Amino acid sequence: MAVAATTETGARPARAGRRLSAPAWVGTVPFLGYVAIFLLWPTGIVVVDALKNPNGAWAFSNITELGNPLVRGYFIGSFKLCLLSSLLGAVFGAILAYAVASGDPDGTVRRLYLAVSGVLAQFGGVTLAFAFLVVIGPVGLLFHASWFYSFPWGITVIYAYFQIPLMVLVFLPAIDGLKVQWREASENLGASAWQYWRHVGGPLLAPAFLGGTLLLFANALSAFATIWAWENQIAYIVPQQISIALSSEVGLSNVNVADLLALGMVIMVAIVMTGYALLQRRAARWLR
Amino acid sequence: MAAVTALSETPAAESAGRPRGMQARRRRRLNLFRYVVFTVFGLFFLVPLLAMARFSLEGATLGTWSLTAWKQIASYQGTGVPPLISSIEITLELAVITCAVMLVLLVPTMIWVRLRVRWLARTMEFLCLLPLTIPAIALVVGLGQIYNRLQHFSLSALMLFWVYVILALPYAYQALSAGLSAIDVETLSEAARSLGASWFTVMMRVIAPNMRQAILNALLLTASLVLGEFTIAFLLLYNNLQVELYSISRNTPNAGVLFSTSLAALLLTFVLLLILSYAGRRRRGRG
Amino acid sequence: MTSSPVTRTSADTARAAVEVRLEGLSRHYGPVVALDHLDLTLQPGELIALLGPSGCGKTTTLRLLAGLEDADTGRITVGGRDLTRVSAAKRDMGMVFQAYSLFPHMTVRQNVAFGLRLRKVSAAQRDKRAIEMLDLVGLSTQADRYPHQLSGGQQQRVALARALAIEPQVLLLDEPLSALDAKVRAQLRDEIRRIQLDVGITTLFVTHDQEEALAIADRVGVMREGRLEQLAPPTEVYSRPATSFVAEFVGLSNRLAGEVRGGEVIVRGCKLPLVERDTPDGQVVALVRPEAVSLASNAPESEAGSGPLTGTVIAITFLGATSRVTVDLGDTRVMAQLPTSEASALTAGSRVVLAIRPDPVLVSAGADPAAAAAGEEA
Repeated sequence: MAVAATTETGARPARAGRRLSAPAWVGTVPFLGYVAIFLLWPTGIVVVDALKNPNGAWAFSNITELGNPLVRGYFIGSFKLCLLSSLLGAVFGAILAYAVASGDPDGTVRRLYLAVSGVLAQFGGVTLAFAFLVVIGPVGLLFHASWFYSFPWGITVIYAYFQIPLMVLVFLPAIDGLKVQWREASENLGASAWQYWRHVGGPLLAPAFLGGTLLLFANALSAFATIWAWENQIAYIVPQQISIALSSEVGLSNVNVADLLALGMVIMVAIVMTGYALLQRRAARWLR
Repeated sequence: MAAVTALSETPAAESAGRPRGMQARRRRRLNLFRYVVFTVFGLFFLVPLLAMARFSLEGATLGTWSLTAWKQIASYQGTGVPPLISSIEITLELAVITCAVMLVLLVPTMIWVRLRVRWLARTMEFLCLLPLTIPAIALVVGLGQIYNRLQHFSLSALMLFWVYVILALPYAYQALSAGLSAIDVETLSEAARSLGASWFTVMMRVIAPNMRQAILNALLLTASLVLGEFTIAFLLLYNNLQVELYSISRNTPNAGVLFSTSLAALLLTFVLLLILSYAGRRRRGRG
Repeated sequence: MTSSPVTRTSADTARAAVEVRLEGLSRHYGPVVALDHLDLTLQPGELIALLGPSGCGKTTTLRLLAGLEDADTGRITVGGRDLTRVSAAKRDMGMVFQAYSLFPHMTVRQNVAFGLRLRKVSAAQRDKRAIEMLDLVGLSTQADRYPHQLSGGQQQRVALARALAIEPQVLLLDEPLSALDAKVRAQLRDEIRRIQLDVGITTLFVTHDQEEALAIADRVGVMREGRLEQLAPPTEVYSRPATSFVAEFVGLSNRLAGEVRGGEVIVRGCKLPLVERDTPDGQVVALVRPEAVSLASNAPESEAGSGPLTGTVIAITFLGATSRVTVDLGDTRVMAQLPTSEASALTAGSRVVLAIRPDPVLVSAGADPAAAAAGEEA
C-alpha cells in the first residue's frame, strides 16, 4: 500500500498529548484547495465570462443569446440525441442488468459482464468512432446503412455502446437490492409475476431507473470525442459548437460565445444531476 | 436448482412431485431469458470489437493476415507527428501520476472526513459528484486560463494530470464510498484508538487495508478514464494517446495501428477489471 | 380443541378449520438431504411448532408447504385438497417471514391490504378489512406510517396482519421472532398465540428457540437432519423425551451413570422409574433434569460425609426466580435447579447433599456418560 506523502497528511494526526493540535477539518484543506483551484475556479470563470461583454463589462443580456434560434437549434439537437440515447440505453441496460443480476452472484458470467461494462462505459471517444467506422463506414464490414448517417440515428446507436454498459453499472446495485423476501411475500399473498413487478418490483426500482436515465442523459450531453471523430454529425450539437468557437480565430467575441454555450450546458446538466441525486436518495432508502 | 437422483423415489408416493415443479419451471424460463439476452447483447458488443480486431490483423493485400499493425504499436510514426509510442508512454505515465495523486489526495481525505469531520460529508459528496455535472467541454473553456499559467512551469502533457484527477473524482468517490460503507469504520477506529494508535495509524494501517478492493477499483476506474480521455487534451492542444490516434486517423484513416492500439488499451483494462473482481471475492469468501 | 374447530379470520365469516397433511416429503440439494420422507399432520386449528438446530429441515418443511420450493417426493394435502402441484400464489396460505418482508414503498395500511387488492376487493372493503386486521394486532394507529418508521416488533405485527387479511386457511410463521429483542420476543410470542387461538387457524411455527416452542405450541415437533425425532405436546417432549437428542436439545440434562434392574434404574443410590419400562437390565446413562435435583435436608457433615450424592458446590448461576447450582460429587458433576431462596444460602465450597425426585428418566445404553458426543448444555 502506497504511503501517503507526509506533507499532505501532516496536518491531520493529532498526536496524543499535543495541546496545539489543529481542528479536524484542517485535514481536508489539501483536497478542498485542489478542488477549488481546478474545478470551482474554471466553472466560475465560465459562468462569469458568459455574462460579460468582449470588452469586459457585465452584460447580463448575454443570456438572451441563448434564445437565438441558431443556438437553440444546437441545444435542441443535443437534447434530442441525449434523450434518445439515454432512453434506449436505460431500457436495454435495465434488461441486461436484470439478466446479470438474476444469475449466480459469484459466477463467471456476472464477472465477465461487469468487467465488460466497466471497460465499455468509458469507451467513448475516438476509439468507439473507429470501431463503428469499420462496421458501417465506407470500407465497413456491413452494408452501407444510409439511415445510419442521418442525425441522430447513427450516432444514437454508437452512443448506446457506452450508455448501455453505464446503465448496467448504475442499475445493477438496485436490482441486487430487491430482497428475495418481497418476491416470496407477494407470491404468498397471491401475486403472479406480472403483479409482483407492477405493484412491488417496478415501483421500488423506478427511482433507480429514472436516476440511471438521468445519468445517461448527462453523460450523453457531455460526450464530445465520439462525435468529433465521427465527422458527419459535426455541426448539430452544442459541444461541437463550443469547440468550433474555441478554435476559431475570429476575434474575442467567440470566447464569450463559447462561455455562453458552456454555461447553457452546465445549467442543463446541473438540473439533470440534481434530479438524479434526489432519486438516488429515494432508491437508496428502500433498497439498501 | 438441485440435481435429482433416484435416491428418494418412493413407489408409494402417488402424486409424487417430480423434480420439475413450479419453481424449477420458473427457473428454466428465467435461464432461457438470460441466455437470449446475453447472446443478443453479446453480439451487439462484440461485432464492432471483432471488426476492429479483423482490421488490425489485416495484411497488405485484402484477405491476408498479418501482425504488422500490432508490431507497429511500438514503432509507428505518422508524417509530421511524434511517434505513437511516445504518446502511449505519456498516457501511461499520466495514468500512473493521476492514480498516485488520487490515492494521496482522495483516500486519506475520505477516511478522515468519515472519521472526524462528519459534517463535511455531504459537501464532499457534492464536490466529488460535481465533475459529472460539468461537462469536460465546458470545463475546458474555463481551464484555458489556468493552464496558461501552468505552462509557465512545464509544457509537458503530463500537466494534464491536474485536471484528470478532477475528472476521475466521481468514479473514484463512488468506488471508495462503497468500500467505506461496507466496513464498520467507527468500531474499527475506536478499537485501534483504545489500543493507543494515532489517527494516522488508524487511517493507514487499520481502515485503508480493509478497503483494498475499493481502492483498487477506484484506481482502476481512474486509470481507464485517463487512457480514454480525449476532449480536454485535444482542446488544450496536448498530445495524449487518444489525440494521437485521432491525428493519425485524419491522415491515414485506415491505418491498422489505430485498431490494434485501441484494442490493446481495451483488452488491458478488461483484463485488469476481471482480475480485480476475482481478487476481491476470494478474500471475502474466506472471512 | 372443540370438536369442529372453526377459523374466524374476520368478524363475519367463519369457516371450518382445515387439516394439513404432509406425507413422505423429501427434498435434497445436491448430496445434502434436507428432508427425509417427512410425515406430519396438523389437526384443524392446531399450532405445531417445529423445533431444531440449523439445517434440521424445519424451514424447508415450511417452505415446501408454502410452495416456495418444490418437493422431490411426497404429497401435501390441505383441507382435503391436494396442493402438491399448486403454485404458491394459489395455495391460500398466509406467511410471516423472519424479517424484511414488508414492502417498503407502501404504508402499513397498503401493505396489509395488498393481498386483497390482488383479489380485486373494492377499495372500501379493503380498507375496512385492513383496519380490522390492524386492530387485531393492535396497530391501527400506525396505519399510515411506513415500515421503516416502525420498530422490529411492530413490523412483525403488521406482517401478521397482512398474512391474515387474505383469510388464509393455514398460517405459516418462519422464525418470526428471531430478529427481535428478548423482551419484545416474549410479548409478541404470547400475542401471536392469543391471536392464533382467537382466529382458530391451523398454524405451523418454525423456531430454533425451545422456550418459544414450548410456550406456544399445541404440539412440538423436534427435528434433526431432515427427520422428526418426536412430535408431542410440550410437556411430554420435555418430561418424556423420546430420544437422547430431544432430551439434550430441549432443556438441560445431567448425564449420570446408573444400573437398570427390574424396570427401574438406580442412579447414585436413588431408585428412579423409567420412561421405557421394558429396558433390559444393565449399565446405562440416565438423563436427569436439573429441576429434579434438589437439596436433601442439610445433615451435619459427620453423617452425610460420604454418600453418593454428597458433594461440594462449584458454581451458582443466578437466573432470576431460580438458580442453577453446579455440584462436584467427586467423580462427576451435577446441575441442580433450585429456587433462588434456597440457593442463596449456599456459597462456592459449601458441602451439600442432593436428592433426586423420582420422575421417569430416559436412559441410553452404555456405561460412560462422558462418551456421548453431545455436551451437557442444549
